[in-house]
Amino acid sequence: MSDYVIETNGLTRFFGKNCVVSDLNLRIPRGSIFGFLGRNGAGKSTTIRMLLGLVEPTRGSSRVLGKDSMHLTSEDRGRIGYLPEGHHVYGWMTVEECGKFQSAFYPRWNNKIFHAVLSHFRLDLKNKSGNLSRGQRAGLCLAMVLAPEPELLILDDPALGLDPVARRSLIQSMLYVTRREDRTILFSSHLLSDVERVADQIAVLDRGILRASCKLDTFRRRVRQFTLHYKGEGPSVPKIPGLLQSFRTEDELSITVANLDEDTERKIRALNFDSIEDVPLSLEDAFISYVGERGEKSFFAKDLEETK
Amino acid sequence: MALQFEIYSGSGEAIYTQIENQLRRAIATGKLLEGQQLPSVRSLAEQLTVNPNTVSRAYAELVTAGLLEAQPGRGVFVAPRRQIYSLEERQRRLNEAIEQFANTAAFLDFTLPQLLKQIESRLSDYSPTKTSKPSKKT
Repeated sequence: MSDYVIETNGLTRFFGKNCVVSDLNLRIPRGSIFGFLGRNGAGKSTTIRMLLGLVEPTRGSSRVLGKDSMHLTSEDRGRIGYLPEGHHVYGWMTVEECGKFQSAFYPRWNNKIFHAVLSHFRLDLKNKSGNLSRGQRAGLCLAMVLAPEPELLILDDPALGLDPVARRSLIQSMLYVTRREDRTILFSSHLLSDVERVADQIAVLDRGILRASCKLDTFRRRVRQFTLHYKGEGPSVPKIPGLLQSFRTEDELSITVANLDEDTERKIRALNFDSIEDVPLSLEDAFISYVGERGEKSFFAKDLEETK
Repeated sequence: MALQFEIYSGSGEAIYTQIENQLRRAIATGKLLEGQQLPSVRSLAEQLTVNPNTVSRAYAELVTAGLLEAQPGRGVFVAPRRQIYSLEERQRRLNEAIEQFANTAAFLDFTLPQLLKQIESRLSDYSPTKTSKPSKKT
């Protein structure tokens, strides 16, 4: 059995002349909780839809659970749970009916899980799903996608529009699912503080291009900011590969780099300054520097890459 | 007694570092006693709603530092307090910590007595290991 539940090879998709996903090589190891990050329109949903065979790639291919995405059988699909963006439900069904309807598509259906998730989100079986709030609808969708106990769970922005309590429930559910080590979750999100809690690996997609795929810790260790304090003239901004941004005031120079290695750090520490500070960046700040406007103009370093 | 943690996601400090530091402090102040068993990685991860790898990373760092002890098949325990570093190494680490502190504090315009007072109160429940006399003998 392959160690990777998802593998893409040069996966590319154009919509008209627009390249939405470009030559994507992504590998997702079994057992990971994999955060898929990128700004709106970066190509995350299109990638996910290609993985599931819902959109045909223009070039390249992908394999999911060892099968080619374009040739997934209904049996294969029974092993995959997919939560599309937007928490769509059949509004005319009750919560209970939604469950019954969904269960018919799956060989395995764990009603205990279905009910546990519903009660987590305080849902009543008799409610009309069309009358649910956004958070409740998310809960229902999650219950429907978790009850078949899928080997691979693909969640497209599951936290969208959820309140903090519901988001915490979502994270708890994700951790619960991966209690079994052969279960894998791929999820996209913009809520980086949640991603930080739950993900062990991340990928960063920027305008269709995979800019990083590595452990969360690696990303945080490599995307770094230093502030140099000085008096008088101060150092000029050095030529550093992967410089994301630099910001200068009268007596401070702040430098953010994309891919800190020993060599880069030596160069920074060799500059002329009175004191240097290693400024801790939150995952969100690191991400914003990494894919932000300034970043793209000034930097074209080797992407952060690391496999298992 | 259940351990209390305060975990903030979205801060500049990695979550495993937060867990590591809070455990360090619990051990240093005797909230966690020598030989005491820590919660399993899985259960602490669920208690804190974080990825289990994050908890195991924090444990691993503390095992390496000699504060915790992993007993295969049994779990993770607070290690007997002992100083595993040489005096030189301890001095080097202390210098490193002071350097970091000084760099930040220098720009905050507190007076020296104010700074000292705050350090003192922060470390009020700190007690050095009895077994480790600062000696150079090996």
